[in-house]
Amino acid sequence: MTVNINRRHLLGLAGIGAGTLALSACGLSGETAFGSGSTGDTVIIGSADFTESQIIAEIYAAALNKRGLTAETRPAIGAREAYIGALQEGTVGVVPDYSGNLLLYFDAQTKAQTPEEIMKALPSALSDQLSVLDPSPAENKDSLVVTSEVAQKFGLKSIADLAAHSSEITLGGPPEFAERSYGLPGLKKNYGFEPAKFSPINDGGGPLTVQALIDDQVQTADLFSTDPAIVKNNFVVLEDPKNNFLAQQVVPVVNAKQVSVAAADVLNEVSALLKTEDLIALNDRVSGEEKANPTTAAKDWVDQKLT
Amino acid sequence: MNIFDKTWAWFTADGAWTDSGGIFQRLLEHLGYSGLILFFAALIAIPIGLWVGHTGKGENIVVGVTGALRALPTLGLLTLFALWMGLGLTAPVIALVILAISPLLAGVYSGIAAVDPITVDAARAQGMTEWQILTRVELPLAAPLIFGGLRNATLQVIATVTIMAYINLGGLGRYLIDGLAVRDYPRMVAAVVLVAVLALVVDALLALIQRALTSPGTR
Repeated sequence: MTVNINRRHLLGLAGIGAGTLALSACGLSGETAFGSGSTGDTVIIGSADFTESQIIAEIYAAALNKRGLTAETRPAIGAREAYIGALQEGTVGVVPDYSGNLLLYFDAQTKAQTPEEIMKALPSALSDQLSVLDPSPAENKDSLVVTSEVAQKFGLKSIADLAAHSSEITLGGPPEFAERSYGLPGLKKNYGFEPAKFSPINDGGGPLTVQALIDDQVQTADLFSTDPAIVKNNFVVLEDPKNNFLAQQVVPVVNAKQVSVAAADVLNEVSALLKTEDLIALNDRVSGEEKANPTTAAKDWVDQKLT
Repeated sequence: MNIFDKTWAWFTADGAWTDSGGIFQRLLEHLGYSGLILFFAALIAIPIGLWVGHTGKGENIVVGVTGALRALPTLGLLTLFALWMGLGLTAPVIALVILAISPLLAGVYSGIAAVDPITVDAARAQGMTEWQILTRVELPLAAPLIFGGLRNATLQVIATVTIMAYINLGGLGRYLIDGLAVRDYPRMVAAVVLVAVLALVVDALLALIQRALTSPGTR
């Protein structure tokens, strides 16, 4: 009983980013098999403290359970600092992450841009205890989005097509987009595209940005590629052939001591099946009107895809 | 370099004041938005305040409504209105007018209501019309409290106009919100200093105007 209260209490702390505290708590509870190198035991899957990461963690767990392995989740550990710490200590065995940002976390100076370059650079960049499994084609990254009307009017398919219409285009995005290397400077350098006007909207690609795009107050906006609003409003995601936006493939980061070959195989199987569209649909179920539980949404997806 | 040196460097950088998007432009935008908001707030709050204060009717409603308006989160209102009306000046101006109404209305209403009824009765006994009583007796006597409300509203508006930069508008809030987005703390410190100095300067000017406009007997 005491143990239970402790665990709940400390998991709460983990939620606000005190990952290391949670680690010692789990150690005290003596439930996790860490440091023993015991494969075949329960795989503990952690996640970052935002919805999509929790959904993917639940998918990993549901898939492992479906394949006859035992897995549990430790949702919402915190920011990258917290869950990478938990992985290195072995309190959790797997955490879903995004390839580009994961690489930047370990190597801020990296020159890697394409999905392949990033996956090639990752193994040596990661700390010794960690490794990555196969990346998924599913990506959640910044992307320039237009309405289907605007795409048709200007004949837009890729960001490169925007350059010819620079003078007619206002770009909406978070304020940092004006200054970050992947933002206006990158668009100018890679595509020669300088929008007539930049409209800073400080809601991180949220409803105001989407509304501005629908109202044609901005003609293109920076949204996340797994935003359900893209599908709901028939927006067109412009291709990024020059990789202006760093690739962000969903990839399981693992503590090798914690994850058996069998478990890794299952996770690779999931990665191969998971597409960006799946993430959009799952995000919509969990954050949209349905407000589905991430566990339920993940389990439904696994039941449907994993045969 | 510590953050103060960096902030100083930000203030003294080439074109920091005069460039497009520079301090002078942002200051003017900030003052322009503030003036516009106070103008509309005054247009609504002053007549209501005068009427309620003079007639004594609807006091409970005014007290209740001004209290309720103060409780509304301005950033939430701005987002809500911007979703309804799209980007542009209208949504944030309405959100901030709502913020400014309550201190103005409270000042005007309580100023007029606080005038000694004996004085008002004396004016009435002399044969003054209600309009004359309002403009020649009550308003001059209420001036200190009305100015108090105006200064209070002005301070709140100047400080809060910063949130207009949450959507695609200018003002000094641009430095605050853009600075936070790229973790440029010196820029944020500079914005805070500019807003604080602007608020103090405007308040000092209003104090001078108040001194000039109120009759010596009520100072």
